Amino acid sequence: MVKGHQSFIFESKPVILASATSAGPFEAQGPLAEDIDLIHDDIYLGQDSFEKAEKLMLEGAAVKTMEKAGINKYDVGLFISGDLMNQIISSSFTARTIGIPYLGIFGACSSSMEGLSIAAAYVDGQKVKYVLTGASSHNSSAEKQFRYPNEYGAQKPPTAQWTVTGAGACLLSTQGNGPKVTGATIGRIVDMGISDPFNMGAAMAPAAVDTIEAHFRDMEIEPDYYDIIVTGDLGSIGHKITLDKLIENGMRISEKTYKDCGMMIYDSKKQQVFAGGSGCACSAITVYGHFLNRMRRGEIKKMLAVATGALHSPLSYQQKESIPCIAHAVAIEM
Amino acid sequence: MASNKNNKLNLEQQKYQSFAQKREPRRPLLSNCLKAFISGGAICVFGQLLHFMYIKYFSFTENNAGDPTAATLIIISVLLTGFGVYDTIAQWAGAGSAVPITGFANTISSAAIEHRSEGYVLGVGGNMFKIAGPVIVYGVFSAFVVSIIKMLVNYMGGI
Repeated sequence: MVKGHQSFIFESKPVILASATSAGPFEAQGPLAEDIDLIHDDIYLGQDSFEKAEKLMLEGAAVKTMEKAGINKYDVGLFISGDLMNQIISSSFTARTIGIPYLGIFGACSSSMEGLSIAAAYVDGQKVKYVLTGASSHNSSAEKQFRYPNEYGAQKPPTAQWTVTGAGACLLSTQGNGPKVTGATIGRIVDMGISDPFNMGAAMAPAAVDTIEAHFRDMEIEPDYYDIIVTGDLGSIGHKITLDKLIENGMRISEKTYKDCGMMIYDSKKQQVFAGGSGCACSAITVYGHFLNRMRRGEIKKMLAVATGALHSPLSYQQKESIPCIAHAVAIEM
Repeated sequence: MASNKNNKLNLEQQKYQSFAQKREPRRPLLSNCLKAFISGGAICVFGQLLHFMYIKYFSFTENNAGDPTAATLIIISVLLTGFGVYDTIAQWAGAGSAVPITGFANTISSAAIEHRSEGYVLGVGGNMFKIAGPVIVYGVFSAFVVSIIKMLVNYMGGI
């Protein structure tokens, strides 16, 4: 059901039956390691390219999710997935392997929550019994595609972010036990004219602000309705900008309830990640792994997950275009 | 909303950018310069030592000792790139490790390693000069322009 201008309420409350995550060795050194199901100690995963490794990681997360839920893949009606690679190859090649009817999506780093909201809509509206959704990113394949070769010695500024190597997936169902997806707010493109791809946090923050404000306006609730509001991959700079901007615009939101996945996935004191983590897997691992686990343990009752994405390409950047950004919010309640 | 060719920002965008800039850490310019000076200088001193070594122990002369010196620096740089150390050094050293010949060797070898997965011809061959290419193109072109100017000056009587 449409609520307000750009939000949706899923009346049947699709249930997240199970979720699983996979990650590389660098993420395993971070504080969220125990919430990651499959940890790989080789960034190649025994493959001969980074792209194949990323595909294998998404595949691992998807298969592990179905295994945890005890659902056969032939019963899953739809697989919705996105990633950062050109022509979303990681998602499509995973879909080729697992053979579930597939919808490929691209929302850059917002793909995780874009996928979750579409999946919830299919379960709620079309009564598809089981829908699988996932997202992945790989530090090395993203660097290769968007920036410079991995071993190239370019000095990164303090505003840069570290793309997370990993994948996350979750399985939604019409019934069962677990956290429930109650609503979603689909974001608009916000472009504040920032064109520096080493400053994603500042570029994406206005999109997060726009979507968070739209969510509370549409749903007619206050920020204290949620125990936690978490953005996808703004990093420490984007987090600060978003928080300050929300407060400046008159929203009553505190640093205690507003977190960012990009600041949680790595230990910024020990690991050199500049402003924090980024990439599809940043929000996928933190939300599908860490936060859903905490919800299942009863530590969090209501969560708003806002995944942010920078929708530029290396080509658009070279042609001096600014970075259009987006954020999608999904409300999950226990 | 998107910025046009002249990069003109509307008022809202300008206001946001100054709002954001206040919350962004700046590039530590002074310490970056200092680190670049130390590391770049260290590489050059090391090169000079190699130069002396080739003259003293390998009977090269002042004029041709530069060739084996450059080759040695290139080999060391390529090895460090292959072992995945060079980019870590470069994050600290910045321009200090980018400007000497070691930086040039790093651009070519890193691109070659990166695109090995697309095969030797289209991958390694096609991408090896992805970063170094512009340096060669404009280096050769500016050398051409400078030599024409020099030739003209000589032709007109010289200095």
